[in-house]
Amino acid sequence: MHSLESYLYVSAILFALGLYAVVTRRNGIAVLMGVELILNSANLNFLAFARFGGVNLAGHIFALFVIIMAAAEAAVALAIVINIYKNYQSINVDEISALRQ
Amino acid sequence: MTENIFIDYSLLILFLPLVSFLILVFTGKRLPRQGDWVGIGAILTTLALSISMFVSMLIEYEPGFSHEASFSWINLSAFQVDLGFLVDNITIIMLLVVSLISSMTHIFSTKYLEGDIRYSRYYAYLGLFTFSMNGIVLANNLISLYMFWELVGVSSYLLIQHWFEKDSAADAAKKAFLTNRVGDIGFFIGIMLIFSTVGAFTYSDIFAGVADGTIGGTILTFAGIGLFLGAMGKSSQFPLHIWLPDAMEGPTPVSALMHAATMVAAGVYMSVRIFPLFTPDALTVVAYVGGFTALFAASIAITQNDIKKVLAYSTVSQLGYMILAVGTGAYIAGFFHLVTHAMFKACLFYCSGSVIHAMHHALHKKHDHETDPQDMRNMGGFKDKMPVTYATMLIATLAISGVPLFSGFLSKDAVLAGTLSFVIHHPEHFFLAICGFGAALITAFYMFRLIFMTFHGSPTKKELIDDIHESPKAMTYPLILLATLSFFIFYTLPSVNPISDHGWFKDLVVPQDSFVQDSAILSAHEIEEGMHHAHYLAMALSLLVAGLGIGLSWMMYYRKILSADEWAKKTGPMYNLSLNKYYFDENYQKYLIQPVLKLADKVAYIDWDLYDKYFINGFGRVTDWISRITGRLDYEGIDQTLVDGVGRSAGKMGSGLKQIQTGKLQNYLLFVLAGVIVILVFQTI
Repeated sequence: MHSLESYLYVSAILFALGLYAVVTRRNGIAVLMGVELILNSANLNFLAFARFGGVNLAGHIFALFVIIMAAAEAAVALAIVINIYKNYQSINVDEISALRQ
Repeated sequence: MTENIFIDYSLLILFLPLVSFLILVFTGKRLPRQGDWVGIGAILTTLALSISMFVSMLIEYEPGFSHEASFSWINLSAFQVDLGFLVDNITIIMLLVVSLISSMTHIFSTKYLEGDIRYSRYYAYLGLFTFSMNGIVLANNLISLYMFWELVGVSSYLLIQHWFEKDSAADAAKKAFLTNRVGDIGFFIGIMLIFSTVGAFTYSDIFAGVADGTIGGTILTFAGIGLFLGAMGKSSQFPLHIWLPDAMEGPTPVSALMHAATMVAAGVYMSVRIFPLFTPDALTVVAYVGGFTALFAASIAITQNDIKKVLAYSTVSQLGYMILAVGTGAYIAGFFHLVTHAMFKACLFYCSGSVIHAMHHALHKKHDHETDPQDMRNMGGFKDKMPVTYATMLIATLAISGVPLFSGFLSKDAVLAGTLSFVIHHPEHFFLAICGFGAALITAFYMFRLIFMTFHGSPTKKELIDDIHESPKAMTYPLILLATLSFFIFYTLPSVNPISDHGWFKDLVVPQDSFVQDSAILSAHEIEEGMHHAHYLAMALSLLVAGLGIGLSWMMYYRKILSADEWAKKTGPMYNLSLNKYYFDENYQKYLIQPVLKLADKVAYIDWDLYDKYFINGFGRVTDWISRITGRLDYEGIDQTLVDGVGRSAGKMGSGLKQIQTGKLQNYLLFVLAGVIVILVFQTI
């Protein structure tokens, strides 16, 4: 089972789960968690291609970059969620529809 | 003098008066003295040029002198019209006559029309007239002759209605113009008949066509009569004579220039020019028209009381003489009479102008606006008050009556000799001789009647006589000059025989043989011969009738042995016919003008009430109806459905799509996902 496909399957499942969370969850933090899952599925893809697809170290380096970027993103996104909470007294993304107007 | 200089001079003579006309008509009122000096300067230059041409003609003394210059006016390969000048001895003499009389008129008018409201306009029109008259004289073809012919008609119209505030003047101008048009239609038909057969307009080409038989027989007769109709209109021949007496409504100097000396002579001049193409039949018509007019107009002049009307009918009668001379073949005699007549008749008109001027001032002083200043019954005894006018008028009267020593004697004698020789050749035309001598008798009678009524006897209006004065010098000098030119000597030099017309005129103006191919036509030589034989008989008869006429007049109006009133009663119906001008105006009014007006009314009814109202207005209604429908189609069909429909459907689509815009990020993300899936699916397919 140590083949590229098995990694890709896992990664696809992860991506689907993340996407599902992003699209369906009402809680803003849960949405962020979905985003983390998508990022990690991407990481898994990078590493899988680095191992089996001949991308070599470039894949590893990209994965590292993604982890760093995910940390930064989490920091910024959590800050935004805190600010939203301050403004709306809620982190329910359905109620935050100011874009519509 | 070279021939080119003749053409240069002719051009100057032709166009100087036109330049003066243009200057005066546009700037006349703003010039000092209202610009009369422009007109006088132009005409005196013209006169000087004419005199120099005349003198050079006398020096060269070449009877056959003739020079032509022409340029192409219309040039379409199949249709060519050349315009040009023909300068020969006849032209040179005629140019001198026109510019001399015109100059006299210009000078005379400075006093006669002093202070007139349209003074500059008057001088402008005189320039236009002189231009067009010189154009007629110089033309070498029928087309430019016709154009100048019409221009002369226009200037006559403009000058007759100089005082157009008076209805009578405006009517007289219209009458003159319209009567002339009747003749001009014949003229134009004549030109077209000639053009359609010969294919040319110039005299020389036409004569060549006549000579080689291209045109001949009946067509040529009709063409000749057609052209002569134009001459009848312009020269006021019976039955188109009605306009000339009315034309006396114009200022008297104009009457002298146009309606006595030059314009009315244009018809005669034209007949003289085209004489070689008249067939014997056409000439008979010409002779009868002329002869009858001479007698007929004289018989009207006898009873008229208006001094200018007498002279007007006298002019008609004398023009009849000239036409008679053309008709009998003695056309050079007709032209000779034209020249002498121009001098003494212009003089007579200026004299009448001088008398009217004096009467007018006297009446003005008395604040009398009722008395007619032209009626001879209000005159009498002016002899001592106006000696210059009297003397000059007497000389001119002697000339027109045909008394020896005066020019009229020579020319009238030549005309009568021509008529007599024609009658001797063709005894069936004896009526022409009766006309000729009868008119001479009556002419002598009525001219002396005019002199006696105006200048002799005791004044009929005693209160006026003290205010009658001789006219100023600007008016008497032209009289003296023209009276001088009424003596025979000026026409017979170097010969000084007072009863023979031998002299420069006869030497230089030689008759031309007719070109018509007809055995009945006489050559110029034969006509000359006949006139020579009839000369003494004609002279004796004309002296007899002139003496008789003067004697009768003397008895009736000077000695009063015979009572004019009683004679009028004795000849009742005839007297009334003459006094009322044979009721020509009334009959024309009744049988010609009224029916024409009625016809015009009918035509107007058809045009306005039927054609305009139903046909034209119907068109409008249909168009209106159609445009309503198309308007509705455009607004409702295109604007509201199609154009607005595009906007409306865009709006509907926008409000439909608005629903998708939820503002929820997750929804948008879902759409993105769906989009990606669709793209992927399509890519794999």
